[in-house]
Amino acid sequence: MQSTFSGPVYVVGDNIDTDQIIPAQYLNLVPTIAEEYEKLGSFALCGLPDDTNPVRFVQEGRMDTEYPIVIAGRNFGCGSSREHAPIAMGAAECQCVVAESFARIFFRNCVATGELYPIECGDRLCDVFKTGDLATVDIDANTIRHHATNRTYSLKPLGEVRPVVDAGGIFEYARQTGMMPAKAA
Amino acid sequence: MTLTEKLLARAAGKARVSAGDNIWVSADVLMTHDVCGPGTIGVFKREFGADAKVWDRERVVIIPDHYIFTADSKSNRNVDALREFAREQGLPYFYDVIDDPNGQWKFDASKGLLKKQYGSNYAGVCHTALPQKGHTRPGEVLFGTDSHTCMAGAFNQFATGIGNTDAGFVMGTGRLLIKVPETMHFRIEGQLQPGVMAKDIILHCIGEIGFDGATYRAMQFDGPGVASLSMDDRMTVANMAIEAGGKNGIFEFDARTREYVESRTRLNGTKSTFEPVLADADQKFVYETVIHLDKLEPTVACHPDPGQRKKARELGHIKLDRAYVGSCTGGKTSDFVEFARVLRGRRVTIDTFGVPATPEIVHDLQTTRWGDKTVWQILEDAGVRMTENAGCAACLGGPVDTFGRMNQPGLKCISATNRNFPGRMGHKESQVFLASPATVAASALAGKITDPREYVSN
Ligand code: SF4
Repeated sequence: MQSTFSGPVYVVGDNIDTDQIIPAQYLNLVPTIAEEYEKLGSFALCGLPDDTNPVRFVQEGRMDTEYPIVIAGRNFGCGSSREHAPIAMGAAECQCVVAESFARIFFRNCVATGELYPIECGDRLCDVFKTGDLATVDIDANTIRHHATNRTYSLKPLGEVRPVVDAGGIFEYARQTGMMPAKAA
Repeated sequence: MTLTEKLLARAAGKARVSAGDNIWVSADVLMTHDVCGPGTIGVFKREFGADAKVWDRERVVIIPDHYIFTADSKSNRNVDALREFAREQGLPYFYDVIDDPNGQWKFDASKGLLKKQYGSNYAGVCHTALPQKGHTRPGEVLFGTDSHTCMAGAFNQFATGIGNTDAGFVMGTGRLLIKVPETMHFRIEGQLQPGVMAKDIILHCIGEIGFDGATYRAMQFDGPGVASLSMDDRMTVANMAIEAGGKNGIFEFDARTREYVESRTRLNGTKSTFEPVLADADQKFVYETVIHLDKLEPTVACHPDPGQRKKARELGHIKLDRAYVGSCTGGKTSDFVEFARVLRGRRVTIDTFGVPATPEIVHDLQTTRWGDKTVWQILEDAGVRMTENAGCAACLGGPVDTFGRMNQPGLKCISATNRNFPGRMGHKESQVFLASPATVAASALAGKITDPREYVSN
């Protein structure tokens, strides 16, 4: 499994709710239909207000983001239980969110779907990083490094959540660990 | 153990559980709707096989309610996908929009948004429909693919929102691994004063602890003041536990709970046996507070999150563009009656929308007379645009042709709904202020945020 993620970061503030991650008007898309899954990715984080986030997470006309890492403040993913939220971010090829704290259902949905790693950090990184700064997240060492300053910040370990996301979600994890029978080919 | 701990211990078949324990619990009911149902079914089929059967036909309840009265073809298709699944699985509790089990749902925009376009099985907003249709019972565990599933905690049950993948798992196995939450205790004393409503209780509580103050926690409401709260009131309070980040909200069981549940299960012929959970003497809470109902005043949660608590009387400087009464939390019969109490014989001065949560509520309002008029007529005469198409409507924005949706930037709306993050009711540059139906009514009259007691007392 990949354990380091490098690239430009996308920075957001506190209380980014699921309407901002994937606006409700796109919930007519069904994530288990392949082309609608891709489409959800193109709308990831497009509900963020323009004044706080003038640069879009996914460029107009693109399906994927240039930002593999999202950095957030408190309570990321609050609001609805829509799994479309972590799925949209994962479909856009975002790898992880590093936040001061997460809302419960969003965190759980990240793990259940295996779409991305929800990583907590004791430091308020959204005040340190700017959108576009280069960074490397290492989930073995539990660190994030800010390339420009070469400063490293420590992350809270993912613990029991990590093998589930590594496996690609709870169903795959349950099969790999023998809790569920393997799928017939 | 607290109410939540006791209930979860029972659902896990254990004598005792403690906050923080990870346990497997059995679900009594799994609820899904048109927005998350098709994806849940997709997960279920992908993981358990195309021919798999749900773990228990009687325990899967499917209630289309979100994107119904829209010409958006994908949304209409999603209702059809639910119908197909219900037919294939032989599900008795699918509350279809149309009556023909082999038909297809298509919203006819040419008929407008106000006149009813649903058949006799349609149930309306899932959380309000669940109790009305006899699916909430004390002591049970309810999982739903919607964050406001916690509303059923009003009936002394453990109810929480989950994602599609977890719901797909429950659909196949009837079980889910969950963490036992810590419990926060809200002891309720006294009685609400005129012009103050249940919505003000929960907006007050969220303001007290912050919109993430209950993250990973249960909110337990009990005490001598609960007896004065109707089941509608308790639903409003429990519904918004999630707006403080809570995993669930839960009320004590009493005679009112029993009466409501018994009458509803009897009316609908659903399972009528239940076993409530009662409080232990040795409950351990991580937080305790007393809510004095007498002291509460009309409260507003300002843009952009439900924790921005202010008193309505302090906000007269906020001019409004529109007003909205509706949703699971604020679109019940009692909500519209309080709305009408303020509006009766007066005229609103801004665009005002009314969306009853369920068809049964539409019926109540159109048949309950107050003097020589029905509640519905009183509201229409006051200038409220009332729709018979019960459902979620603009509570969560929805497709652009949704009734009441805010499609322009900069609009300010006062709303009896439950959530006001940026863009919640439509345009991402619009603003929502959450308040009780009485406060919404007074504000709709004045065109600015207004304390309803200015109207109620005279
Ligand atoms: S009325 Fe609003 S809060 Fe309630 S279920 Fe519908 S969208 Fe959700």
